[in-house]
Amino acid sequence: MKKSIVMTALTLMSGLISSEAMASRDYINIVGSSTVYPFSTVVAERYGRSTQFKTPKVESTGSGGGLKLFCQGVGVQFPDIANASRRIKQSEVDLCASNGVDEIVEVLVGYDGIVIGNSVKAAPMKLTRKDIFLALAKDVPNPDGSKTTIENPYTTWKDVNPALPALKIEVLGPPPTSGTRDAFAELGLEGGCKKIDWIADLNNQSKAAAKAGDTAKSKSLKDQYKAICHTVREDGAYIETGENDNLIVQKLNANPDALGIFGFSFLDQNIDVIQGSLIDGYEPTFESIADGSYPVSRPLYFYVKKAHVGVVPGIPEYLSEFTSERAFGEEGYLAEKGMIPLDAGSRRQTAADVGNLKLLQL
Amino acid sequence: MKQSSNNSTLDKVNQSLARRYRAEKRFKAYGIAAILFGITCLIVLFTDIIGKGHSAFFQTYVYLEVTMDSEQLYINDPSDPQQIAAADYQGVIKAALRERFPEASSRRDRRALYALVSNGAGFKLRGQLEADPTLLNQTIGLWMLVDDDVDTYYKSRGEDGESGFDGRLNEKQIGWVESFIADGYMESRFNTTFFTSGDSREPEQAGILGAMAGSLFTLLVTILLSFPIGVAAAVYLEEYAPRNRFTEFIEININNLAAVPSIIFGLLGLSIFIGFFEMHRSIPLVGGLVLTLMTLPTIIISSRAAMKAVPPSIRDAAYGLGASKMQVVIHHVIPLAMPGMLTGAIIGIAQALGETAPLLMIGMVAFVVDIPGGVTDPATALPVQIFLWSDSPERAFVERTSAAIMVLLAVLISMNTLAVWLRKRLERRW
Repeated sequence: MKKSIVMTALTLMSGLISSEAMASRDYINIVGSSTVYPFSTVVAERYGRSTQFKTPKVESTGSGGGLKLFCQGVGVQFPDIANASRRIKQSEVDLCASNGVDEIVEVLVGYDGIVIGNSVKAAPMKLTRKDIFLALAKDVPNPDGSKTTIENPYTTWKDVNPALPALKIEVLGPPPTSGTRDAFAELGLEGGCKKIDWIADLNNQSKAAAKAGDTAKSKSLKDQYKAICHTVREDGAYIETGENDNLIVQKLNANPDALGIFGFSFLDQNIDVIQGSLIDGYEPTFESIADGSYPVSRPLYFYVKKAHVGVVPGIPEYLSEFTSERAFGEEGYLAEKGMIPLDAGSRRQTAADVGNLKLLQL
Repeated sequence: MKQSSNNSTLDKVNQSLARRYRAEKRFKAYGIAAILFGITCLIVLFTDIIGKGHSAFFQTYVYLEVTMDSEQLYINDPSDPQQIAAADYQGVIKAALRERFPEASSRRDRRALYALVSNGAGFKLRGQLEADPTLLNQTIGLWMLVDDDVDTYYKSRGEDGESGFDGRLNEKQIGWVESFIADGYMESRFNTTFFTSGDSREPEQAGILGAMAGSLFTLLVTILLSFPIGVAAAVYLEEYAPRNRFTEFIEININNLAAVPSIIFGLLGLSIFIGFFEMHRSIPLVGGLVLTLMTLPTIIISSRAAMKAVPPSIRDAAYGLGASKMQVVIHHVIPLAMPGMLTGAIIGIAQALGETAPLLMIGMVAFVVDIPGGVTDPATALPVQIFLWSDSPERAFVERTSAAIMVLLAVLISMNTLAVWLRKRLERRW
């Protein structure tokens, strides 16, 4: 009796394993950004239902993690597509190339707005990017007018800008590992930072030095510029709240004095509890992000390994589903999920480039 | 002298008696307070989860009369399964909606109208037609899934139609929904989709079966590998291994491994199974292997404890009758230690069921729609599904997250009950 149990277990085990065909894969493997994930998965699901191919598998690993996996090499055990909420970096292209992934197709699919919002129980805030920088940067320009920085002394919004209410600065936002945080630093903080002449000048000097061939000086100026513009204060005014935007929404609801940083789709789904702050005079709405007047929005990309097209079935069909008008068009189902579409001209261009699998050139 | 000293001891005892009673009472009170604290936390947790999640077990349906117009469906040969599969079912549903609300004539209004019904409703229609091709060109009445926004509205709205959460619905859409409700064409039913389908980005179509199957396959691999290996290791260490520095070293390491954070096992799995053996990401086979590594120390430790508890008299009796060491172990020690071993194994497996961190590293935190059919199909697991839903922007996923937690808790409770029952059943007293 016992022997038979052992034998059954063994046969079952070997049967399960031998059925494995490690040499091939019949579904598309997608990794990458958690911001693109909600859109990528919708396309994957529709594609799985409307074609004879299996539904692609989408992993949410973050942009950097996804591209790293993507660049591991060519072969069915490596992902076919990497989603990213920023453009691929030169260092990542180099990593790809060193592993034999030298043909990459880049697809820009749309935009995502980053919202600073608060509870509807409080009055909406009217901020400028400069206010955001002054309120959240670790070091801010010395108010006495000299070209030095001091540790951020501001404790209320009124200190930053007399037009704002005398509320304590309390902003809930994503941690440094998040792509949303990177994009916020780049678009929100740096956008405001550039408004201060002598800091913007550092960047210009750096570019001039690079042109003159002095790379060391260029780099040190650039580093100085980035350190001022991208570093978020750590004295408790900015509260890291994990990668979960739903949590930020709940916390804002509980604390009407706090502001939060999250993706536009979360504002779209929770308009009964939270509202977006105006930035530079523009409210975060679908229209203002789409026409570019709302300043804090970022591009969404995905990258395709050309060597896998034809090896893993269904990749061209997935690409054409994603870049079809009913998906990423102005009234497509991705727009319904909160993605901000490209303008009509760029959409046609993208669809055509994807059709010929145009290769990435940085 | 003697008398007085006796008296003084008695006095001391009498004096301190009240204090000692008080101390005793305080001590008991601390214990009760600790238990009360635990119970309160548990009650808060359960009320929160059940309060949020119970509505996910119901789903709103809308009744529509749909004309299966062959022209609109683009079917000219009903015997061709290819045509039936590819027909435009959403189109006839849209036509039925237009017919009911002819006032929606502008493009914008029509889009708003179409958004009331789930975009998965067409698949139900396809199923109907596939089952009975004679329905073609007939008008049939059907209860269909509504969109998640409508579902949330219907559930949050009071009997009188007041104070519904209208979130993303506009006034016209609310008017249409109210008209359906007034005619009795909208009702709440048990949500079977939740138990019969895989993940979906549309909350009304999302189900937990895919994650359940993923967890099942992962645990199957874990059980089949970790129990035999764990018991074999325990038998050797307990019965055969000589007592020396080397076996002591192994013992210490097993105890340490039991305390290693599970994400470390995920990293190990990533580099060994995916990196070196080039297995695919996100498959239950790799997940099961990683969880095997994680549960092995627990199983080995509990199996050894169970074998240690078998009285030496039983061994001595068997030896006395001339049994070999192997016979003693297989015929006597293992059967007597089995309840303990099984309990340890089940607790280890239950722990593995709730694990997400190692699965993150090997890619099982993924969006998988198709229900896995084996250990090499891409899959996710129950706790991972909860994590993914909790992070979704759609409002209707909030209740589904809580419902999924309830399902996971139910599975865990039944596994622990099984452990208790097995122990009671197989336990032998001497």
